Amino acid sequence: MSTTTYREAFRAGLREALAVDDRVFLMGEDVGRYGGCFAVSQGLLEEFGEQRIRDTPLSESAFVGAGIGAALGGMRPIVEIMTVNFSLLALDQILNNAATLLHMSGGQLGVPVVIRIPTGPGRQLAAQHSHTLEGWYAHIPGLRVVAPATLADARGMLATALIDPDPVLIFEQIALYGASGELADDAGPVDLDHAVVRRPGSDVTLVAYGGSLAPALAAAEELAVDGVSAEVVDLRTLRPLDTETVLESVRRTHRLVVVDNGWRSGSLSAEIAARVAEHALYELDAPVERVCAVEVPIPYPRHLEEAALPGPADVMAAARRAVG
Amino acid sequence: MAEFRMPSLGADMESGTVLEWLVGPGDQVRRGDVVAVVDTDKAAIDVECFDSGVIERLLVQPGEKVSVGTPLALIAATGADAGPAPPETAARPRETPPPAPHPAALSPLVRRRAAEAGLDIATLTGTGPGGVVTAADVDHALHPAVPVAAPLVPSVTPGPPEPVVAAAPGARIHVSPYARRLAAERGVDPTVLRGSGPDGVVHARDVPAVPAPVVTNGAGPAPVAATALRRATAALMARSKREIPHYYLALDIDLGPALDWLRAHNRAIPVAARVLPAAVLLRAVVLAAQAVPELNGHWIDDRFVPGRGVQLGVAVSLRGGGLVVPVIRDAGTLGLDDLMARVREGGERARTGRLRSSEAGGATITVTNLGELGVDAVDGVIHPPQVALVGFGAVRPRPWAAGDAVLVRPVVTATLSADHRATDGALGARLLREIDRRLRRPEEL
Amino acid sequence: MTAPRHDLTPLEARTLVLDVLRTVSPGPALDALGPHDDLRDALGLDSLDFLAVVTRVSERTGRRIDEDDYDGLADLDGWVGLLTTSDPAL
Repeated sequence: MSTTTYREAFRAGLREALAVDDRVFLMGEDVGRYGGCFAVSQGLLEEFGEQRIRDTPLSESAFVGAGIGAALGGMRPIVEIMTVNFSLLALDQILNNAATLLHMSGGQLGVPVVIRIPTGPGRQLAAQHSHTLEGWYAHIPGLRVVAPATLADARGMLATALIDPDPVLIFEQIALYGASGELADDAGPVDLDHAVVRRPGSDVTLVAYGGSLAPALAAAEELAVDGVSAEVVDLRTLRPLDTETVLESVRRTHRLVVVDNGWRSGSLSAEIAARVAEHALYELDAPVERVCAVEVPIPYPRHLEEAALPGPADVMAAARRAVG
Repeated sequence: MAEFRMPSLGADMESGTVLEWLVGPGDQVRRGDVVAVVDTDKAAIDVECFDSGVIERLLVQPGEKVSVGTPLALIAATGADAGPAPPETAARPRETPPPAPHPAALSPLVRRRAAEAGLDIATLTGTGPGGVVTAADVDHALHPAVPVAAPLVPSVTPGPPEPVVAAAPGARIHVSPYARRLAAERGVDPTVLRGSGPDGVVHARDVPAVPAPVVTNGAGPAPVAATALRRATAALMARSKREIPHYYLALDIDLGPALDWLRAHNRAIPVAARVLPAAVLLRAVVLAAQAVPELNGHWIDDRFVPGRGVQLGVAVSLRGGGLVVPVIRDAGTLGLDDLMARVREGGERARTGRLRSSEAGGATITVTNLGELGVDAVDGVIHPPQVALVGFGAVRPRPWAAGDAVLVRPVVTATLSADHRATDGALGARLLREIDRRLRRPEEL
Repeated sequence: MTAPRHDLTPLEARTLVLDVLRTVSPGPALDALGPHDDLRDALGLDSLDFLAVVTRVSERTGRRIDEDDYDGLADLDGWVGLLTTSDPAL
């Protein structure tokens, strides 16, 4: 065990990937000389050189397209898009090329590109840098979408994503980069197929992912003081969804609260609620509760930003309503 | 026609087993008569009826366990107040409602349509997979396409579409899907359950547990009854500790004046009317509860509901193990001698396992006296939804400072366990001091 | 209740007290009760039970048993002693 940060865990994953496979390279805005907008790739240029750590022009569509082309050509590119809001400029490449070429080529052309996208609020980066749009990408067949919310996942998801023959989007929480904790010294690749119960409980299931895991866990801790035993499920992979782990939990607790930093309407939280209603309606002892971001552009001032996001108190209130 | 229903004999009672009918069809009953013996898992209780009239029909057989609120018997009013004759159809569809083999899962739509139309789903034949009643089955029952093929509609009266069963119930009862499934599995009609959720929503916790094998009503608690009592106590106490933030206070009280006065009092009355020190303590608690009404009542839906009068629960331990709490109704209206009489009767009935329904449940404050067991003090567990429990330990000669002197006095430790949601320590302290004050002036008891 | 006019013999007193105890706490503990066993401990009597015993013995013997007598009534022997002594009230 040693103490590390979410940022260092990603960097360790990158360094390992670059070291073990010559086909792997990293490209994106400011990933080289500047060390990455969020300093994730700091030092990698010096270590691996300009061929493998490549600064790109400010054109998301162009460099994501180049990454797709490199993947088609047998490389294993890792593309960084500075924030999820800017990823929309590359949405055409992601949806119309990366996600569809395997299908359109009759299975001949796989696109093993990995796209890292910092996402989420919490750092006062205002409405053009703070949104949680993972749920949109989870809508798209042909992609695998993952949301590392723990150090082990930050360290281990990249290696598995690079093995995947299809495009994988890794959504990294901007607010967590500086968070530190204990990570096993032998931490390595992790599976990208399963949701995980982060905290067992018996009274209510709190489903969370990415940036909403921390408030869900904090709420569970507080609820325990009041004698409410909350089970926290971390989705980890947003597409394909591990519905079964969620259903198993609901079968134990009979109550569901979905915590989502995204907006409520048409969100991933809606998808979870719908699947539970489809497959486990007769397990539910109370209406499904959703705790989501307020449906406004995420505000800049700290107090408004906090007010717009699901916090532990909101999660606790929802859990209490569910438990009745 | 009045329905005599399974009464709620305690806040935690969900169902009861009819052990014995003490009346039969044709018997005249008056309000307050003991008509049946019901086992609540905690005790066999003589249940009084609330209406006067003639028993028309018994709806539940001895040995059957039914939910609180289930009609047990029909009582016909007698003579002039017989009221209008019920419409003929009213009584027909429900003979003894058979615990119909509910399909495990009915869709919310089917439930809603049936409820809106006033249809009892149990009477429908399901055509869905596994015999599940579908929306089409409900439609079919409401508007039979071919009249011959509609077995549910009374054969007479072609005419306009007639309500198949009784009138539609007023408000739809909300039952959670999981509670519905449990109810179906356990053969319970979820619409007769009392919901604990907001607006009376029935949750899984409101569905009574799997009916226990019926207990004999012979002498002595059978082993099964004992475990049921244990389970009931376990559930109540666990709920208390889960929900109620207890705070605890204690006060040593010099019982010398009270005991001296009591000795003289007892010398002047017949042996059979003799008053025990325990009754004196109860009387002091009743007076104190009247003086500090904030501790006499219930905590319901996040607020305190003051008790109407002092309904005094008195914990009685059973010889075979276990605990029951007969309730002395309107204890505030009883003088010391009457209170003692009620303690004597209630205690005996609790011991013989035959409490009356008026003695079960509804306490607004409870007293537990462990002095007999030789312990000095008890920090008790509040019985939800009450907010206070007063405990007494043994009355013992103890050194007692009086001015500069140390005397030996008979001393009892009074304790209070109280719900911190409802009150704070200051009010709790007032209650204990009030008990002390009353015991110092026994002649005013 | 008719009060016996004569003092009870020890056997009569013992039988009478056991009869009354049986109404309050029947069972094997009563059958095994020795003359010096503490009644409250052996039979699990509480003060309410004890009062019932006192009341019933008073009724059947016509003898008023006062609280001041209680100290001597902890065991069967004590009861026999009390009931075979002349009632000072007669």
